[in-house]
Amino acid sequence: MPERTAINTGPGRVLVGVYGLFALSATARATVQLATQFSHAPLAYLLSALSGVIYIVATVALARSYRRLALACCTVELIGVLVIGTASLVYPAAFPKATVWSVYGIGYGFVPLILPVLGLLWLSRSGTSRSGTSRSGRGRTGQA
Amino acid sequence: MPPRSLGTAVAVAGLLLAAWSLVPVIRNRPPGRSHFIGLILVQALVVAETLVAVGHLAGGAHPREYVTFIGYLVALFILLPLAMLLARLEPTRWGAVIVLIAALVVPVLVLRVNQLWSGGA
Repeated sequence: MPERTAINTGPGRVLVGVYGLFALSATARATVQLATQFSHAPLAYLLSALSGVIYIVATVALARSYRRLALACCTVELIGVLVIGTASLVYPAAFPKATVWSVYGIGYGFVPLILPVLGLLWLSRSGTSRSGTSRSGRGRTGQA
Repeated sequence: MPPRSLGTAVAVAGLLLAAWSLVPVIRNRPPGRSHFIGLILVQALVVAETLVAVGHLAGGAHPREYVTFIGYLVALFILLPLAMLLARLEPTRWGAVIVLIAALVVPVLVLRVNQLWSGGA
């Protein structure tokens, strides 16, 4: 086996499920919002759509074991939820309608905040604790 | 008025299944036959709830956020079958975690469906 980095089994499969759920709901919600009431809160709704796209890409990346892509998605998500979460508290006027990431995902039980953290934990664990296969070109073995 | 008793039955069934799924999670076992039967039983209640909701819409009802209402119904309807597929692919403790999470999402979706049930009129 040249590459045994199965990130889509075990806890990874749970992540695929939860990410899939969020991909579905965030995208569906954003589609409805953009189609019916775009002018109400364009920024919030565009951010909802963006988060939906990221969840879709993350789901695919986790399901197909695209480690780099999954890593990028989880990182963008974590930054997104932190930045948007903070911005929605500091500039509430800019967010008249909630996005998935408003107030760190409070409308979704803070799952949007927890999910990328779990994703990153899983990606780092599944990379290092598995039997060491040649991870040429991974460039992220230990050092910051 | 949403079908409170049916909604409650679906939500409670979901919570019971979640509790039952906790056993293999803690014991580090894959989900057993009982959990898959549980999924089917809860799904049967979900189907009943969905049929009542579709009848509600067919009767000319206009829930608040009409499209969102339908979205929640679709999500509720497909959630457990998809969870079942995914859990079957994962015959480890993590398969039981998948059942657990899906079962916990059921009451949330039922709650949202009930909240949107009656029209804004």
